[in-house]
Amino acid sequence: MMNTRKTEILVGLFIAAGLVALFMLAMKVSNLNIYSDDSGYEITASFENVSGLKVKSPVEMAGVRIGRVSDISFDGERFEAIVKIRIESKYNTLPKDTSASIYTAGLLGEKYVGLEPGGDEENLQDKDKLKLTQSSLVLEKLISRFVDSFIDKDKK
Amino acid sequence: MLNFIQGLGHSGLTFFQRLGRANILFGQILAGVPGILLRWPLIIQQLYYVGVLSVLIILVSGFFVGMVLGLQGYNILVDFGAEETLGVMVSLSLVRELGPVVAALLFAGRAGSALTAEIGLMKATEQLSAMEMMAIDPIRRVLTPRFLAGFISMPLLAAIFSAVGIMGGDFVGVGLLGVDEGAYWSQMQASVDLYDDILNGVIKSIVFGVVVTWIAVFEGYDAIPTSEGVSRATTRTVVHSSLAILGLDFILTAIMF
Repeated sequence: MMNTRKTEILVGLFIAAGLVALFMLAMKVSNLNIYSDDSGYEITASFENVSGLKVKSPVEMAGVRIGRVSDISFDGERFEAIVKIRIESKYNTLPKDTSASIYTAGLLGEKYVGLEPGGDEENLQDKDKLKLTQSSLVLEKLISRFVDSFIDKDKK
Repeated sequence: MLNFIQGLGHSGLTFFQRLGRANILFGQILAGVPGILLRWPLIIQQLYYVGVLSVLIILVSGFFVGMVLGLQGYNILVDFGAEETLGVMVSLSLVRELGPVVAALLFAGRAGSALTAEIGLMKATEQLSAMEMMAIDPIRRVLTPRFLAGFISMPLLAAIFSAVGIMGGDFVGVGLLGVDEGAYWSQMQASVDLYDDILNGVIKSIVFGVVVTWIAVFEGYDAIPTSEGVSRATTRTVVHSSLAILGLDFILTAIMF
């Protein structure tokens, strides 16, 4: 029979190692450090097309992530997509006429919302709505437009 | 023809009898949990045999699985110029699937078989009967601490496996193949979700831990008390728990993701 003290120390080390591994997975591997759901304020924006955008997609201004998409829903009256954006509370000085566009990171990368500041003196508040928006770029539409322009040229 | 049908009926009946006995045993083990929680030393001793002694094989295989994932993933992703997403691939496959599943398979081979052999031999050498003679319930004294130890160790082992595997992928991808270190970790952090991915992986490993130790403990307790019976029970533990892990993994994945 093994020395009890040694056994207990080894078991303690094992449990500590397991918890450290879990902690490392939570902190270093997952997005816990950015994922702060309740803090910050929420603004909405409606887009004609949000194809490819997902809940938790990043929201960036000047290339820096300042928030995340918290909800995407459909407006049945105006046939538009309503995107709720949660912005971290430390970025509370965005002007009221900030505009939002949906961009793609890289050619085939994931979609994100890019915000561009306007020049308004007032700042965005919780539950505000962005007025200027630009839709997501749908690759198929772009290609068909491109092909169409070629066909038109051939006819002339 | 009649013999064949009789054989079929016989094996069906034995199967359901065993299933019923396993379920009753599971209930009895759970009933012993509150009592055994007051006797920590018993659990700690089993944690040592079941958990601590499995750490080495988990560390080594986790690191190698991570390195292989890094190598294979790099070779495929580099064709698409997407080698920066190597971290995402390595971490998601480890956290969601390989961590819980491979750790549970190793656990079944390393700890499950040992549990079955130990309990089976206790039964064969009539130690369990001796306990009963002394008015000690062998299920509560012998089986419950082992079951709890497996239940506690499995998620920890799976987490160690995933963490070490991700470091192995980092070692090969970043260290040897030259993927950018910042991209490896930041893309990983952007794509891995704490609840959807890591928590579901932990839930998976808890389920596997329960199932593997349950099968191991039951096979040992239900073994025919001869050397042949114990050896058969040990084999059955490994085979049945591996099949159960793989089957349950499919079901859990279908529910979770």
